[in-house]
Amino acid sequence: MKLNWFKYASPVTFYPLAGKLIPWFALAAAILTVAGLYLSFFVAPTDFQQGESYRIIFIHVPAAWMSMFIYIVMAGWAAAGLAFNTRLSSMMASALAPTGALFTFIALWTGALWGKPTWGAWWVWDARLTSELILLFLYMGFLALHAAIDDPRRADRASAVLALVGVVNVPIIYFSVKWWNTLHQGASVSMTMAPKMAATMLLGMLIMALACWMYSIAAALARVRCIILEREQQAEWVANLAKEPT
Amino acid sequence: MMQTLRYVVSRDVLLAMRRRADVATTLFFFVIVASLFPLGVGPDPKLLRTMAPGIVWVAALLASMLSLGRLFAEDYADGSLEQLVLAPEPLTLVVIGKVVAHWLVSGLPLVLISPVIALQFDLPREAIVTLLLALLLGTPLLSLIGAIGAALTVGVRGGGVLVSLLVLPLYIPVLIFGAGAVDASAIGMDASGHLSILGALLLLGMVLAPWATAAALRISLE
Repeated sequence: MKLNWFKYASPVTFYPLAGKLIPWFALAAAILTVAGLYLSFFVAPTDFQQGESYRIIFIHVPAAWMSMFIYIVMAGWAAAGLAFNTRLSSMMASALAPTGALFTFIALWTGALWGKPTWGAWWVWDARLTSELILLFLYMGFLALHAAIDDPRRADRASAVLALVGVVNVPIIYFSVKWWNTLHQGASVSMTMAPKMAATMLLGMLIMALACWMYSIAAALARVRCIILEREQQAEWVANLAKEPT
Repeated sequence: MMQTLRYVVSRDVLLAMRRRADVATTLFFFVIVASLFPLGVGPDPKLLRTMAPGIVWVAALLASMLSLGRLFAEDYADGSLEQLVLAPEPLTLVVIGKVVAHWLVSGLPLVLISPVIALQFDLPREAIVTLLLALLLGTPLLSLIGAIGAALTVGVRGGGVLVSLLVLPLYIPVLIFGAGAVDASAIGMDASGHLSILGALLLLGMVLAPWATAAALRISLE
């Protein structure tokens, strides 16, 4: 049996697949969020230095991780759209951008809420905060450029080039705490060493990160379905969808 | 290959010289913006000395950004950009030529007048030398990065403001290291680290930016 790897590369086939997948990811996100928040508020111990205010870590860190991860995935889809000239890849990139921008904003905002009680300042211009702010600007630039160009294919390709030029920023954010003397704390979680935090805190953070990931997938799939309908509205299959009894 | 480069540079410089007002306005904008800040924050010399590197750099950034419109817009309007893209010469080379011409006409004047602005802010002599060096390294990089933004928005409505949104986030590292270099010099420390990174960014930009700009031009012109 020959596998057609590109079966779902077409909007016609991908639309129903996405529709079937969304409820599963949404359910996973909901369950993981409940579990993660329970762990964060009731199980994880009080921090010996920061007291209770450290608990915002359970939203701040997953949001920051997602903001960087989504940008890379978005740039990946943009590159695929440029290389293979496929519409759906670019639609996926456009679908991911608002979710990524949202997580970047959440990371910045929750960071400020954390910074005030611990550092005494809502905002400092250190390397990590500044580069995360630049990431927000890059997301907004991507969305603005796409919206400004009328021809959808040209818009796709232009924003793809922009996304790829900006992907350089993500390693800078990630390594900024190592390269510069910053106020922001260094990496506590690493792939090669034991984590420098209590096991329950780490578990709560990882579960919340997974929850954000599931949410991002569900949101991006839902958004890409809307984009597909908008862009393919002239196609017959879309008209047939509208005629189906709900 | 050198012939193509020489041709593109001389053409663009000649065209710019025919419209000297465009070039002069960029320079005057730089001077005026740099003068606005002391009027806004007050004449305290100590404060101005601390703020001077940042102010001069931000003014250079904004002036550079405003002049980006001239890079491709006029050629696009009369169809010669399409001919340049269709020509058998490598588009990256054409882009390099245009960026060099743009820098000669918009960036170099900024570099040359920056010591005068620095004197207005009472920067010490070593800092002025560092400012010259940093701007010399930084303004070509601003032209290179700006070319990417200009190429992406060729012919797009609302292009001017959109270019700012696209290009300013990419300018920020240049600003940080450029202003950092002058800051370090002003307090008597060694600026060679900042200048080295600026140089490295320039090299990276010289290699990658024309390629991205050429790709963006092809996308914008199909």
